[in-house]
Amino acid sequence: MRSINRLRAVSVLALLILAAGALVPVAWSDEPETIVRVTARKFEYSPNEIRLKRGVPAIIELTSLDRLHGFDCPGLGLRTDIPPGKTTRLRVVPDKSGTFPFHCDVFCGEGHEDMTGTIIVTD
Amino acid sequence: MNSKLDRRQFLKLAGIGGVVFASGMGGFAEAAKTGTVGKDFFFVQLSDTHWGFKDEKVNPDWQGTLKKAVAAVNDLESPPAFIVFTGDLSHTTDDPKERRNRLSGFRDIAAGLKAGNIRYMPGEHDASLDNGEAFKEFFGPTRYTFDHEGVHFIALDNVSDPTSSIGDAQLAWLADDLRKLDPETMITVLTHRPLFDLYPQWDWATRDGAKAIELLTPFRNVTVFYGHIHQEHHRMTGNIPHHAARGLMYPLPEPGSVPKKAPIPWDPAHPYKGLGFREPKAIAGKSIYSLQEYPIR
Ligand SMILES: [Cu+2]
Repeated sequence: MRSINRLRAVSVLALLILAAGALVPVAWSDEPETIVRVTARKFEYSPNEIRLKRGVPAIIELTSLDRLHGFDCPGLGLRTDIPPGKTTRLRVVPDKSGTFPFHCDVFCGEGHEDMTGTIIVTD
Repeated sequence: MNSKLDRRQFLKLAGIGGVVFASGMGGFAEAAKTGTVGKDFFFVQLSDTHWGFKDEKVNPDWQGTLKKAVAAVNDLESPPAFIVFTGDLSHTTDDPKERRNRLSGFRDIAAGLKAGNIRYMPGEHDASLDNGEAFKEFFGPTRYTFDHEGVHFIALDNVSDPTSSIGDAQLAWLADDLRKLDPETMITVLTHRPLFDLYPQWDWATRDGAKAIELLTPFRNVTVFYGHIHQEHHRMTGNIPHHAARGLMYPLPEPGSVPKKAPIPWDPAHPYKGLGFREPKAIAGKSIYSLQEYPIR
């Protein structure tokens, strides 16, 4: 009986630690994370060139000033919707260097096709 | 049983709407069971007419190219069984009124086609900014099925949702439609964007296209015709061939061949280069199409 209670207490503690970990991943990581803020609006990203370092964790923080846009960088396997009135975060640890184009993949109007940019990852 | 009847007419005449065919009834039923075409026919695929696009450097004959295509189709030796437009009938505009102007301008020219039946489909330029509302006013539903000589045609809408998704409701509709078919049935899917990831960097994909391909995979005789990429392109996914058609306003570069996707400028030495339409031919007793490509001159 006692051992069951003890087991239960240990599991609860483990869950608490896991939950705390989920809330503060940045603080727990040994590498400082770069935060890149990107604003999306018809029909551009600002900035439209993002520079990252290979192996260095980064957070791309996206906000939209007008309507729903998308952010799709197939070369690095990154994609998200960017709904207005909300901050959307993408965490990335680039595992290769190079130039990776990204584009808006939510059809957003007459200039949609020009809504592009690049992520440049250096060693 | 008269093999000229399409399935809907047959169902109506036989008074058995919605009932699965019994074997030995000929026509569509026979052909569908063997996965072959009942009788020779061909149709014409026209695509990406972008009516309303205006850039002299890209196409100085922006008002005349579609008319040339209509004349060329009308000049074919024999008339096609039907004609399909696989989307981007008009060029994007943010103005709903102008969108309707463009769609009606397009419709008036397309009305000059001599064909029993013309099937229209939207592209993202027509439908993504208003979820297909204006398109439907002019051309009816954005997804539908029809049958011709043993071939089951399915028009899939992967553009009315601006995120280029088919969507769960439409996937359920597709699954429901396919459930009624024999696995041997010759199925032809018409759509605007590629259902597979051709080049997602240029938005040449459908977000949930793999789900549609999965639903189609148990069928042995499926062919997909699409537009969107403004060039002839052929690709297999499993046993399904996908054929992209050339457009009728401007060609686009080969996937990934240049850093940025942009219309290929008009070449005065080769006017209308890269523009054209297609004639898929279905031969009785066979289950694949032979394709003939026609350039605009
Ligand atoms: Cu956008």
